[in-house]
Formats: sequence, structure tokens, C-alpha cells
Amino acid sequence: MFNKNKEVTGLTTSLTHIVDDHEKFVNYNNLLAFFMKYHPIISMAKFLTFRYSFPIMLKQTALLAEHKKLGGKLVDFGGWELPVQYSGVLAEHTAVRTAAGLFDVSHMGEILVEGDGALDFVNYLVTNDVSTLAVEQAQYSALCNQNGGIVDDLVVYRLGEKKFFLVVNASNTDKDFAHIQTIYSGYDGTKPKLSNVSPQYSQIAIQGPKSELILQKLTETRLNEIKTYWCKEGKVLNIPTIIARTGYTGEDGFEIYVPWHDAPTIWGALLQTGSPDGLIPCGLGARDTLRLEMKYSLYGHELSDDTNPLEVGLGWVTKLNKKSDFVGKEAILALKNKGQTKSLVGVKSLGRGIPRQGYEVYSHDQKKRIGVITSGTSSPSLKYPIGVAFIDKEFEAVGTKLFVKVRDDFHEFEIIKTPFYKKEQA
Amino acid sequence: MSYPSQFKYTKEHEWAELLSDTQVRVGITLHAQSSLGDIVYLDLPKVGRELKANETFGVVESIKAVSDLYSPLAGKVVQANTDLTQDPGKINLTPHTEWMIVIEAQDAKAQFNALMGADEYTAYVKNS
Repeated sequence: MFNKNKEVTGLTTSLTHIVDDHEKFVNYNNLLAFFMKYHPIISMAKFLTFRYSFPIMLKQTALLAEHKKLGGKLVDFGGWELPVQYSGVLAEHTAVRTAAGLFDVSHMGEILVEGDGALDFVNYLVTNDVSTLAVEQAQYSALCNQNGGIVDDLVVYRLGEKKFFLVVNASNTDKDFAHIQTIYSGYDGTKPKLSNVSPQYSQIAIQGPKSELILQKLTETRLNEIKTYWCKEGKVLNIPTIIARTGYTGEDGFEIYVPWHDAPTIWGALLQTGSPDGLIPCGLGARDTLRLEMKYSLYGHELSDDTNPLEVGLGWVTKLNKKSDFVGKEAILALKNKGQTKSLVGVKSLGRGIPRQGYEVYSHDQKKRIGVITSGTSSPSLKYPIGVAFIDKEFEAVGTKLFVKVRDDFHEFEIIKTPFYKKEQA
Repeated sequence: MSYPSQFKYTKEHEWAELLSDTQVRVGITLHAQSSLGDIVYLDLPKVGRELKANETFGVVESIKAVSDLYSPLAGKVVQANTDLTQDPGKINLTPHTEWMIVIEAQDAKAQFNALMGADEYTAYVKNS
């Protein structure tokens, strides 16, 4: 029931160096080859036991030592060893809503597209209209396959006239890059330079109403000149970074892209500078509850290779009328013409039952299974259970009552307006 | 904080306290609450329910996790702490005080004595 990370024992000590030498991306196959070469006595079975027994085998961010120092509770998150919490999800969630929180999101992937043809190529890749972006502007978007399914959701930053920085989900980075390369090889237009620069960047997010005040103490870049969903290349301390006014919490804040090895310097300085204003380190647990209160989608929950952007409320980033053709357009258009049958809605418990991913959703007469919960929790800000449900479209109206099967019992829920959390309520 | 020596423990991280020769009170351990994180939901059985040893008697949920509760012994539920279900966050603060149910059985004492002692449980947690 409760898995505790194994203690690191003698055997792993030597491995620590190997992992360090391999830098950020430990490819398990490479590591296995390495292992077999120098430790031929150890069999595949032992290696596998080892790989699944020791957190040291997970990919590590440059901030792992900091997380350990701060008492972060480390977990395997999509193959990355990251803190799920430090002081507690509730405390961290509240800090972001009322002051500020610091997140290590270095596991996110970064893909750079630059040179002649960059704009047209990116516009062909993603659903949103990149041509409307000014330099230093950012845009939320989706990457689709030919069937209109979502390969990933991402943020596109236009760093220059011909320079685009695509930030994708950690566990999807390799899949995304492979997908982009496939599209690239069959692309007829001018081909820009394409590179997976994930190993070069750490990402630190500072989120919450005190973020600007805190970060401004460490940079000469005038943060009040960076509007929401805009960015600027500038120095934090003396380190070159990209400072973006973006985030995944519903609060004001910044995502800072920094050279991989410089992350600890900036992380430490931010914590020290910000703690008098209430800044605390936050884990993935709070990141999840914060995004959920905003009904922001999370890949693997609301989004998948089989979901169409129109069905999951991403019509607003799907520009079927943009000048450029894009991957998946035909399929998305076909669904639009046919009419979508599914819808993603926010639900609130009318009792105490907490909805969780995978729980079945039934019509109010309990006769028809109409969908499934994609994400759910007890909302730290609102103090009641909330969830996102992927259901038959005919039931989508706000105010509709339905049932969620929580373990063996049916619990009554109601569809409510989202975001669940609005700033005025605080 | 340590594990009270007068309690006995299960591998599923429940504690049991002997109230009399026939009654045992049950809660979850410090380690359990710490693993779960902020507890926001507790579901307990109705008074009168007959439980088998290791049978699920309820559910505890934190923000991030759902976990079943397992009965340390066979017997009948004679009390359920419904006040705690209204404010389950208290379990995080004082896990060894916040009891959940009282189980009655003729051989409660013998069943109780068969569970892990505090030292054994401490070692178990360390190695788990």
C-alpha cells in the first residue's frame, strides 16, 4: 500500500557516478549495455530488479540534491525522480494562491525550430495559428496526429522572427520529437533546423501573486514589461535565461528556462530571496491540484493520442481557418462537420465522495454509463471534491446532475462552470 | 515521534489498542499518514458490521491517494468515530490518538497479542 523508496546501498554508490557521467538522460538500454560490459555477472533479471528497485535509476534533474536537502518526498514521475511534496500539498497549494511557490519543472522537454521556414513548419505542426505571434510572445497549442488525436499539448514561444521554442510534456518528449521528425521528413516546404534541446535546459517555475516582486530582486529585466503569455531573454543573477510570464497554476508567475547546470544557483537564490515573502518549494502534488482547480488539461488524463482537441475543449487553440494547413486538420474538420459526441466538463460533488481518474460516470437515472472521470481531487481552495469528466455531449449542460461510481457506491455530482476556482472567491 | 509500545501494528500500517479483553480500538500509524499526505476523506463502516481479519473496513483518502483500511482482527464493529469523518485532517496531526473504530471479539486479546509489537513495526517501516 505504501511504497517507500529503497535506501541506497553499497551497490548503487558506484552507479551514481555512471549516472552522473551520463548527464541528464539516462537511457536504460545504454546503461544496461554499459552494465553488462563492466559487470557481466549481473544478469538482465538482476538489472531489471535493480532498475525498478532503486530511484537512482530514474532520470534526474539538476535540482535533485536541492530537493533532498529540502526534505522533498521523491517519487517516480514519468521516469523522473521528482518531489511530489515538501511540506504538504495543502500548504504548498495555499502558498501559490496567496504568496508564491517554486517548482522544479526541468523534466519538461524543449524543442527548438529555427532558420528559414521555421514559422511555416511550426504552423504546419500545431493547431493554433503561430503566424499571429509577435517575437517574445507565447501561445498554448496542440500537436496532433493525422487522425486528429492529440500527440501532446505544448507552449510555443516565438523567440525570434525565425526562432521557435516548443515546450512539451516530459514523458512525451521522445514521442513528440519522433513525431516531429516524421512530419519533417515528409515536409515539402523549406526545412528549418530542428533540435531537441531538452538536455540543455532546466526549467524553474515561480508561481503566485508575489512572484514578480521576488524574481525582480534577482534580475534587471523589467518584469512589469512582460505581459501574460509573453517572454524575454534576460539574465537572472548573471545567468542567461528565458523569462516567460506563463504557468500552469492559474496564478500570475514566471517560467524561467535556464542552462541545465545553473538551476541550483537560481533555485537557491530565489528561495532565499523569496522566503520572507512566503515563497516555499512546491512539488508535483500541488502543481496537479492547482491546474485541476483551473480545469487545465493534463496529458494522460484529459488528453491522449485518441482524443480530438474539439472534444476536450481545445477548440480555442484549434484554428481551422488559419492560412496554413496543419497535421490533423482534415480529421478535426471531419469531426466538426459530423458533430462531436463527447465533451469535457467540470463536476462538483454534492456529497463527500472524491472523484478519481477512471471512475465511471452515470446519468442521473443511473441507467446509462455516460463517461469517465479524467482527473479529480478534493479542492484545497474550495474545500469540496471536484473532478473533470469526459462524457456524452448530450449531458454537458451546466446544472446537470449525474452520478459517479466511487468504489461500490453511486455519489451524486453536478456539472458546474469552470474554472472551478476564480480569483474573486479568495 | 515513536510508536507507542502498548499498541500493536499491522503490515498495512494500522495500529490497535487493547481497551479490554474483548475490545480493540483501531487507527492508522504515523508512517501511514505521512505516506498519504494531507488526509481529506475518511469512510468508516456502520456499527454492527462483522469483520474478518484483514478485511477492508473503510477508506482513507489524501489529496493524492486513496487507500483501503484493513481490520487487524476479526470481530464486530461496536463504535465508529464519526466525528473524525467530519474532520479527517486531524489524523495527520495526531495519528496515534485519532481512533477510527472499536472492534469487539471474545478472543480480542489473543488476536491482539498475535500482531506486531512496536519494535518489530518500527523495523518493518524502516525496511519497507
